[in-house]
Amino acid sequence: MSKAILGRKVGMTRIYDEQGNNVPVTVVQAGPCFVSQVKTAETDGYDAVQLAFEDLKARHSTYPLIGHDAKAGIAPKRFRREVRLEDGGAAAYEAGQEINVESFADVKFCDVIGTSKGKGFQGPMKRHGFAGQEASHGVERKHRSPGSIGGRSSNLGTGKPKKGIRMGGHMGAEQVTVRSLKVIGIDKDKNLLLIQGPVPGPKQGLLYVREATRLYKGKAKIAKAG
Amino acid sequence: MSDAIIADVQKSHLRTDLPVIHVGDTVDVHVKIIEGEKSRIQVFQGVVLKKQNGGLEETFTVRRIVANEGVERTFPMHSPRIDKVDIIRRGDARRAKLYYLRDRVGKKRRLRDRRRGLETVAKQEAAQQAAAK
Repeated sequence: MSKAILGRKVGMTRIYDEQGNNVPVTVVQAGPCFVSQVKTAETDGYDAVQLAFEDLKARHSTYPLIGHDAKAGIAPKRFRREVRLEDGGAAAYEAGQEINVESFADVKFCDVIGTSKGKGFQGPMKRHGFAGQEASHGVERKHRSPGSIGGRSSNLGTGKPKKGIRMGGHMGAEQVTVRSLKVIGIDKDKNLLLIQGPVPGPKQGLLYVREATRLYKGKAKIAKAG
Repeated sequence: MSDAIIADVQKSHLRTDLPVIHVGDTVDVHVKIIEGEKSRIQVFQGVVLKKQNGGLEETFTVRRIVANEGVERTFPMHSPRIDKVDIIRRGDARRAKLYYLRDRVGKKRRLRDRRRGLETVAKQEAAQQAAAK
């Protein structure tokens, strides 16, 4: 199974490596997670485990969810995410099993999935990288506008712009995956995972960290060398 | 809460072997310079103009005069690239940022010797040594 864990982003800092280089690091409060459900090919048609993370007071949960967690023999949790396994992979797991950062002890690179910071309603320049209009030469009040969104022929018969034309709109607050980030270290006692570079989302945001699924040649070599 | 966790992560990387550096001090900064395989040590002497940030990210800026031209260099306080820091003189600074030294020429550039708060400096040094142990 690809190793996976749920966590919360704590924030960023720096660390100096042996050569004295300055390494930017994101600190993630990862786990401990508990297996709240095991899915097998017989019962669900595929193999997977559901990880549950972070305790919460029972009165903040709902009866169906409390029951779901109780079935696995764990206290009510706030977050649940499913980790897909290879066929037959679920046999190694049982409900209520703890999964903590120690499983990442020998992981060299990881993928981080999170929800990016919400940016609100943004114009096409920020949202899509449009160039905008000129600052002068007769341009008035349209310096950041997108320009043409199609003429009569492209819109013929519909009276509307084509589907998928890039315009201003809501930006951010969407799922973002950052791949192949280096794992700098773990702290078993405090359940911390140190990852090189930035990860999506605000501090305290929920993150799904898994072992990197695909690596570039150079990184794959480093990961293999162990 | 998150600040406490980050401070904890930084703790093991903080250096306690350097002396207490104050703004206004004249210091010798011994910097490790790595050129390929070899490394050598270069000394940068000057007045501490300012200290910035905190924790592991703390830096200090040293100003010196080279060939009649002011040169300022900023060092990360906790970087392993800093071999050691020697305090040559404790200067009397009445503010946190000595930007006014940039406009001074000649003898006016010099700061008076520090007389105020020397007990505090001694206390800080004692605390630093205790932390180093």
